[in-house]
Amino acid sequence: MNAVITVVGKDKVGIMAGVCVALQKINVNILDISQTVMQNMFTMNMLVDVKQANVSYSEIVDALDAEGERLGVNIRIQREDIFDAMHRI
Amino acid sequence: MLNQHEILETLNMIDDQHLDIRTITMGISLRNCAHPDPKVCATKMYDKITKYAENLVKTGEAIEKEMGIPIINKRISVTPIAIAAESCETEDYTIFAKAMDDAAKTCGVNFIGGFSALVQKGFTIGDRRLINSIPEALATTDFVCSSVNVGSTKAGINMDAVKLMGETIKKTALRTADRDGFGCAKLVVFCNAVEDNPFMAGAFHGVGEPECAINVGVSGPGVVYNALKSVKGEPFDVVAETIKKTAFKITRMGQLIACEASKRLGAEFGIVDLSLAPTPARGDSVARILEEIGVSVCGTHGTTAALAMLNDAVKKGGVMASSSVGGLSGAFIPVSEDEGMIAAAEKGVLTLDKLEAMTCVCSVGLDMIAVPGDTSAETIAAIIADEAAIGMINTKTTAVRIIPAPGKNVGDSIEMGGLLGTAPVMPVHSEGSFDFINRGGRIPAPLNSLRN
Repeated sequence: MNAVITVVGKDKVGIMAGVCVALQKINVNILDISQTVMQNMFTMNMLVDVKQANVSYSEIVDALDAEGERLGVNIRIQREDIFDAMHRI
Repeated sequence: MLNQHEILETLNMIDDQHLDIRTITMGISLRNCAHPDPKVCATKMYDKITKYAENLVKTGEAIEKEMGIPIINKRISVTPIAIAAESCETEDYTIFAKAMDDAAKTCGVNFIGGFSALVQKGFTIGDRRLINSIPEALATTDFVCSSVNVGSTKAGINMDAVKLMGETIKKTALRTADRDGFGCAKLVVFCNAVEDNPFMAGAFHGVGEPECAINVGVSGPGVVYNALKSVKGEPFDVVAETIKKTAFKITRMGQLIACEASKRLGAEFGIVDLSLAPTPARGDSVARILEEIGVSVCGTHGTTAALAMLNDAVKKGGVMASSSVGGLSGAFIPVSEDEGMIAAAEKGVLTLDKLEAMTCVCSVGLDMIAVPGDTSAETIAAIIADEAAIGMINTKTTAVRIIPAPGKNVGDSIEMGGLLGTAPVMPVHSEGSFDFINRGGRIPAPLNSLRN
C-alpha cells in the first residue's frame, strides 16, 4: 500500500535526514520525493510504500508524529487513495 | 505521481476549509426484533444494534487515521420503531427509545435515529403509540432522534398527523423546558422522507433497505466558499461550473470512505449523501456561500435564486463522483448550525417567510429554528402544513425541525451546544390558524401533469 507523507515547517538543517531515518527504522520504502523551500517554509511530499513496514499503520502515524515533534515540523501520512480519489478519475 | 499542487490542495481543504466526512451512518433493520413482550423486544433491539455496530466507531477512527480526513460523526439509524415495535402489547414506546439510547452509548455513537413513524396516509396502532411516546422518549434519552413523515407526493398530507405533530412538538418543548426545549432539536417532521438519509435528526432505516447498510454524508461548505472566492465578479455559468467541480472532489472523498467503511464492516454500501451541511464554525457556512455569490446578507432579495443555483450545481457535480447518490443531497439551511444564518436572522434580514421560500429550492426545509415559547400548537402545525405542501407539490423532501423555546421571546437566543449551535428566537405571525388546523382529514395527493 502506498501513502503520501507531507512535511511542512520552518526550514532548518536535518529535516529530510530525520524523516528518512525515522522511515528506515520502521522499514518504510521511499518511492518518490519532491521538496521545495518557499519563504523559508520547508515543504516536502513523499510517496512511500508501507507494505514491508515492520509496524502497524497506526504505529507509523505515531512514529512520524513523534519525529515531527522532535524536528518542530508538521509531518503527516495519508493513504495515497485519498488524493487519487480527489484528483484522478 | 501526484503533483505538489494537488496534494496541497487536498490538505488545505482539510486543514483550513473544514472539509470532512460529516457522518458514517450504519442503517440496521430491526424488523426481526418483534415480540409481544416489550421487554423482550427491547432487549432484542439492543442486542442486534450493539452486535452490528460493535466496530462502527473503531472502524471509523481507523479510516480517519489512515486517510487523514476527519470523520466527525459515527451514527446509527434503525427501522422506524412504530413498525419494529408494533406487535408489542404496550402503550408506551419509551422503553424502545431507552434500548436505542443504551445501544448508542455502548457503541459509542453520538446519535441514533429511527424513533419514527410513517403516517402520510394514516395511522396504525403502532404509529399512534409511537407519536404519543415522543415527548417522554426525547426527554429521557440523550442520543435518540425521532422523525415522523406526515405527507408525500403520492399520498397527500395527513392533516390529522400535522395537527398531532404540532401538539407533540409543544409537549416535547415543555417536557425539556429546563434545556430550552432541546428535545425538539431531535424531532423532525417530514414530507417525502427518504429511507437512506444518513443525517440526523431525520435518519431512519427504511423498509426497502437491506439488513445493514453504510450511508455516508459528506460536507464542505467551506471548500465551496473558498473556491468561489477565486471567481469574484464572474458570470453565473462560471460560478455554477466552479461549484460543480468542487462538489465532485468532495463527493469522491465520500465515495472512497463509504466503500472502505462498508467493506471493513461487512455491510452493504448504501449511498453517499452529498449535502453541504454547515457547522457553527466560522468558515463552514452555507449563508456565507450565498453572500459570496453576491447577496449582501443571506435572506435578502436574490437569496432564493442563489440557493437554487448552488443546490443544483452541488448535485450535478456530486452525481458523477459517486456510484450511488441518495439521502437528502443538497444544501442544508439549519439556522442554528450556520454562523452566517444566525447573523442574518439576528439582523432580522432572514425571516421565517424567506426561509420557507428558500426551502422550495434546496434540500430539506425549516431546520433548527427557534420560535417564541408561546407559539401555539396550531401555528406550529400550520408551519408544518405549509412546508409539507411545498414538498408534496414539488416532489421533494421537506422537513420542519422547530423549537418553541419555553419562556423565550424574539430577541433571545437558545444555546444547543456542539454542532447544533445557537438559535436566535425568530418571530412568527401572530394571526392564528386554528380553524385551518382543526379541520383534520387529508389534503389529497396532487396532480402530476398540467404543472404550472
